[in-house]
Amino acid sequence: MPVAESESRPLSPTSVGHRPRLSHLRLLEAESIHIIREVASEFERPVMLYSIGKDSSVMLRLAQKAFCPGPIPFPLLHIDTGFKFREMLVFRDEMARSVGAELLVWRNEPAIAAGTNPIVLDTKRCCGLLKTQALLDALRHYKFDAAFGGARRDEEKSRAKERIYSFRDEAGQWDPKNQRPELWNLYNARIHPGQSIRVFPLSNWTEIDVWQYIHEEKIPVVDLYFAKERPMYVRGDALLPIEQDFVALPGEKPQSVKSRLRSLGCSPCTGAIRSDAQTIPDIIAELLSFRSSERANRVIDHDQEGSMEIKKREGYF
Amino acid sequence: MAAATLPGFSIHEFLREEREKDLLRFSTAGSVDDGKSTLIGRLLYDTQSVYEDQVRSIEGKGTTAPGQLDFALLTDGLRAEREQGITIDVAYRYFSTARRKFIIADTPGHEQYTRNMATGASTADAAVVLIDATKGVLVQSRRHAYIASLLRVRHVLVAVNKMDLVGFDEAAFRTSERDFAAVLDRIAEDTGTPVETTFVPVSALIGDNIVHRSRAMPWYGGPTLLQLLESVPASDEARFAPLRFPVQRVLRPDHTFRGFAGQIASGAVRHGDTVTIASSGRTATVNRIVTWNGDLAEAHAPLSVTLVLDQELDISRGDLIVAHDELPVLSKSIKASMVWMDQHPLDLRRRYLLKHTTRTVPAFVTSIDHRANIHTLSHEPAKTLEMNSIGVLNLSLLQPIAVDLYRANRSTGSFILIDPITNSTVAAGMITAASDRTQAATDRRSPVTAPERVARFGHRGGVLELIGPHTIIDQIERSLFDQGAITVRINHEAPSLTQPIVDAGLIALVVSATETNTLKALVETHEITVDSDDLHDAVSAVHRLLTKSGIFVSGKADHP
Repeated sequence: MPVAESESRPLSPTSVGHRPRLSHLRLLEAESIHIIREVASEFERPVMLYSIGKDSSVMLRLAQKAFCPGPIPFPLLHIDTGFKFREMLVFRDEMARSVGAELLVWRNEPAIAAGTNPIVLDTKRCCGLLKTQALLDALRHYKFDAAFGGARRDEEKSRAKERIYSFRDEAGQWDPKNQRPELWNLYNARIHPGQSIRVFPLSNWTEIDVWQYIHEEKIPVVDLYFAKERPMYVRGDALLPIEQDFVALPGEKPQSVKSRLRSLGCSPCTGAIRSDAQTIPDIIAELLSFRSSERANRVIDHDQEGSMEIKKREGYF
Repeated sequence: MAAATLPGFSIHEFLREEREKDLLRFSTAGSVDDGKSTLIGRLLYDTQSVYEDQVRSIEGKGTTAPGQLDFALLTDGLRAEREQGITIDVAYRYFSTARRKFIIADTPGHEQYTRNMATGASTADAAVVLIDATKGVLVQSRRHAYIASLLRVRHVLVAVNKMDLVGFDEAAFRTSERDFAAVLDRIAEDTGTPVETTFVPVSALIGDNIVHRSRAMPWYGGPTLLQLLESVPASDEARFAPLRFPVQRVLRPDHTFRGFAGQIASGAVRHGDTVTIASSGRTATVNRIVTWNGDLAEAHAPLSVTLVLDQELDISRGDLIVAHDELPVLSKSIKASMVWMDQHPLDLRRRYLLKHTTRTVPAFVTSIDHRANIHTLSHEPAKTLEMNSIGVLNLSLLQPIAVDLYRANRSTGSFILIDPITNSTVAAGMITAASDRTQAATDRRSPVTAPERVARFGHRGGVLELIGPHTIIDQIERSLFDQGAITVRINHEAPSLTQPIVDAGLIALVVSATETNTLKALVETHEITVDSDDLHDAVSAVHRLLTKSGIFVSGKADHP
């Protein structure tokens, strides 16, 4: 077995005294692995939400690291709204195969069959049915008592107040005024039957941390994150990708735009951005020059004041 | 395109710098009008850590003069908070500079949020305490400093805020400085933890001495708040303490590999080191330190690794692997400073669950030495602790844990208490003394050893709590007797009663009869609720529970 000189590359530390000081990414990694192992050890039926995006990709790698050389001891769950980009689904299946994890896919079939979409309904009701309801149904169906999510506290104001272990009642709802105190790294895993927790191992990571980790660890991500000439509908400042069931306005024609997605949501509600970033360092450089937050192109965060908090109370991640 | 907007910028240089950055966690506490949210908002804004869309969303809102941004709005997250203009919970913020990444635990300052302050301080390397220069040292500042000291936050940075409202007057700053230094001395005396303190005069509203140096206070030659935050050392005492490795999980993917997964709480472990299992005193040699990125020759806190030892020892979750020459104390009797966090006050008759590292054991609070009065910094006698009060308490544990004192080790010196019925986290504790009453010491006093008792009874001592209809509780007691288990039924628990029963290797049945048609059974960390319609089913579920929780240890009293 090869024995490395000190802590492993590539997250190299600087040396202080005779004990090297850990870089911030190593510290975040160690914290996340601790959380993932705690949950796997203290809950009966954990599951990891896998949304195919960059945060999920990092979380999945951390789960591999947590149980290495063994397999990940819980399944992955993807909530498929039917509006995910085709490339995402191909990537998802490949990823689960290469990691060797069990992949569960759940769709709110009755709502999809009824033609639920954000144009007919508003985005709030569409998300409620295709994401929140589907998630709650899946958790109930499989009797999962702990669900990992890749959400980060720096994403959005109400997420800044999330615990690592986010307690949910029998209906999957979050009560922000009644959260358990969380001290040191001692997590209270006790729940009554029917209750559950959502766990956020990436709570303390920022968007740049996530990209840097993907870069350093060479974690594969969906090609949609990288800039390419793509056919887009240009609507004001927004670039709307052409995917299944896209409804163009009268007179609209797609144009070829060098663009990429900054975060991956459902195709009707995720705008692309104009970009030349073709590598991960390019993406990081672009982020540093950006003046808007990553969820700014996600329609669902802006449908009303405090909308993320409302969704979370109802059971959304 | 990015490079074009940042002249002279090299992404590869940036990535190299990023790799060298360390991480500092600091807490803040403050109340409605002392400018804490403004200070944090200013820190984020002036370090370019807020995006334009976030700035746009607060433009023209809030309570500041026209054209001025109300920075407080950048940080108040929950609807109730925005509506009431207060901060009710811990919020975490992130920003970075060229030198460091920062995590802020942003907490409210009023007395009813003492528990939130303690939560924020528990992981902090530094605390930023605010003083309102127009008002002098108020109780909120005093409380935050007290909690920072109690939780052993090493560096306290005192921001004397609102200097613009006192005409940037040096005398006003010096008065606050002198008054608060005296308070800090008395706090250090009370908590036994001296803190390193630095004072800086600031105006969060106009941004003076936060990130940018103030032109209005030429008499102040010291660093800005950000310079201080960039230069205080991050906590590294854990790295230099003796090895403590709480086992989270045994990894056994196949018969060729058996490793112990955990996060190094303190110290370092090297390939070839001799280590001791704290609970048994057995020793072994470290054969491998396994990580995904390859085996390591050496690893230190707080890395998460997997240890492979050279011998097949009985090790499971909750065990502590330690340096063989610097052992922790195995104790069932500890003294601790505690912050009570639950709306139900401490009940000295009740059994709680004490979670320490990865181990959870039943515990009673047996007595209260005193309650601390933060206003007067004096000690008061107390019969209980209510939410947000702080005291020094004595606890009696039904099984020993391997501890260090909190002042020597933040991980193995801390614990939380959980209410086994409501499942709430009710208190946080910092161990100040632990008496060495180990199993071995108990056994020395008794002519009969614990393993002998287990061999005779087929089970170890423990508590089985049953809440449900008495008919089914009777049935369970009967079936345990028929199986050879030795039980003692008690209706009202008291540590003086429960502890001797458990020490004698017997099972204490703590019984509460109800009119419900479900039965709830609790053993230590495990809990089940069963329908009592099917008697046979309920009885065997309780037997399985006793097996799963390790009370039944061999075939003799095992479930049918």
